Amino acid sequence: MVDLTVEDPVGAPAPAATRRNRGRGVLLRRRFVRNRLAVVGVGILVVLLAAAYVMPHFLPWSYTQNDWNALGTPPDSRHWFGTSQPGIDMLALIMRGLQKSLVIGLVGGPLTTFIAAMVGASAGYFGGWTDRVLMWVVELMLVVPSFLVLAIIAPKLAGGTWLVFVVLLAAFGWMITARVVRSMTQTLREREYVLAAKYMGVNPMVIIFRHILPNVASILIVDATIQVGAVVLAESGLSYFGFGIQPPDISLGTLVATGEPAATTSPWMFFFPAGFLVLMGLATAFIGDGLRDAFDPSAAGARARTRGSAARPEPGPAELAGSTVTVAEGTAP
Amino acid sequence: MGRFLLRRAINYVVLVFLAATLTYFIAASALEPIVNYLQKHPQPPIHTIHNLLQAQNLDPDTPVAVRYWRWLTHVLHGDFGRTYTGDSVSSEMGRRIFVSTELLFLATLLSAVSGVAFGAWNALRQYRPSDQASTVISYGILATPIVVIAVTLQTVDNWFGSPIEYIGMYDPNAHGAVAIVLSNMQHLILPTLTLWLLQVTLFSRFQRSTMLDVLGADFLRTARAKGLTVRQAVIKHGLRTAVIPVMPLLVYNIILLFTGATFTETVFAWHGMGEWLISSIQNNDVNATAAIGVFTAGLVLVAGLISDMVYAALDPRVRA
Repeated sequence: MVDLTVEDPVGAPAPAATRRNRGRGVLLRRRFVRNRLAVVGVGILVVLLAAAYVMPHFLPWSYTQNDWNALGTPPDSRHWFGTSQPGIDMLALIMRGLQKSLVIGLVGGPLTTFIAAMVGASAGYFGGWTDRVLMWVVELMLVVPSFLVLAIIAPKLAGGTWLVFVVLLAAFGWMITARVVRSMTQTLREREYVLAAKYMGVNPMVIIFRHILPNVASILIVDATIQVGAVVLAESGLSYFGFGIQPPDISLGTLVATGEPAATTSPWMFFFPAGFLVLMGLATAFIGDGLRDAFDPSAAGARARTRGSAARPEPGPAELAGSTVTVAEGTAP
Repeated sequence: MGRFLLRRAINYVVLVFLAATLTYFIAASALEPIVNYLQKHPQPPIHTIHNLLQAQNLDPDTPVAVRYWRWLTHVLHGDFGRTYTGDSVSSEMGRRIFVSTELLFLATLLSAVSGVAFGAWNALRQYRPSDQASTVISYGILATPIVVIAVTLQTVDNWFGSPIEYIGMYDPNAHGAVAIVLSNMQHLILPTLTLWLLQVTLFSRFQRSTMLDVLGADFLRTARAKGLTVRQAVIKHGLRTAVIPVMPLLVYNIILLFTGATFTETVFAWHGMGEWLISSIQNNDVNATAAIGVFTAGLVLVAGLISDMVYAALDPRVRA
């Protein structure tokens, strides 16, 4: 049943493949929607996106505007989330920070997964020396104290743009996923359709993009979702110490950092941005979990699946029901 | 098994050496210790500054490679140089390792034991209300930055009129050994709780999923068939198998906490290794930063070896 859900043969005849893909898409959506938490996660994310990009246009205050009559005041009818020390409306500030944090997460998460997919698939597909060198780089990257290195480099390089910072975060977060992708690629490498493409003389990179990566797409999509949360957490951590997003830019992390010293006396300066940060993390975690269940209802976790199917558990009643559906609908042409 | 461990050990040592080298080069070229002197009032003459930096092997005019070689030969003789205040890096590190160990010992012990137990318990009660509630709660905790957890605990403490003191290792006004020890234990409560919350969530989630994998396995049915009760079968055969994959996670997390408790140590003002990591970068302290790099990479090595050994001890298939 695992084979059916994870390895959707791409080499199948074209008309059958399109019909089947549509069926699979519908099936995935139905399974995803069945997971209530996942739907809640999508809801939260949509609301956050709408709030971050639409709401600022309707707010009476902008994040650059100081209200000199309200310096560090608690929430009231004029300033719903209170004001910061210099009298800036917290709601406007948080929405501005939310924009940046969302962009950082939504760019950084998929970027991390992309690096992991490229390295993992290359190592797994080419094997031999490529594999040995790449896996050795992975080990080295895991030994290098990444937080320390990020904290040293980020402020020096991020002077120009936050985009550099996002790339840095991604550059230190891809290693574990790359290992997973590699081990999955190693099993795919010997498949008939991959061998056929190889002996027809197809360029190896084309094989990787057309035949390998689509077959590990499920784990990549789930990972990209989870990495969104991880990148946002890493950003807020570095920003907390002043090593992350630099002053003219605002992120939820920098807001948490500036609110922290006053957290006990003026809780609105700390707990509102922190709350949005948690909401974002929760939403991505829920969505990631829902996607994983949708792609492979019998897996207890992505890790369990990669440990190899030899140690596969016997599915419990609930999962069994899910996987019979997979078998029934997945094999129908 | 000996050869297996030896081969791993050699690989780790090479990796640690390279990681430490990389960290030194990055720290030495990106940090600017000269700023510490230029900011002084009155500013010392520029050639004096360079002489001072030269004496500490920090002079930006010397090529990084030369500085690295000098640093390396000193490190191999056990000398990590001096911090920017002029203290010996080694003795400062020793003091801070002690502080971190005190902070982490209880937290890691508690979270390892309770995480495994709690995860296994949740797996046995899959889809019951308790399992679903703890799933949602653990999502919440994992999505929360540690700083937020720590500050929330402080705020809650303040609501109740601060019955628990939390800033620093102990109350500086405490006199006498007994009072200091008691104060020290009181100051441990909130940081331990912070670390425990995060670790227990991580461990229990992972333990739950490996336990779920095991619960349906054939060997458990066999164990039941030969007459064991559910409890005996699950504890003797299930838990032991399910705990093996969790071990590397457990070991790595516990060992790496030595430098990873950065946020907890900073928020609660414990001057341990994690806090040093931040302050040494902020102070442009190349020697201290490089020493932390060596220490952290060394921890990864130790963690890797321990987890290999634990794995080999628990999983008979590796021994062959």
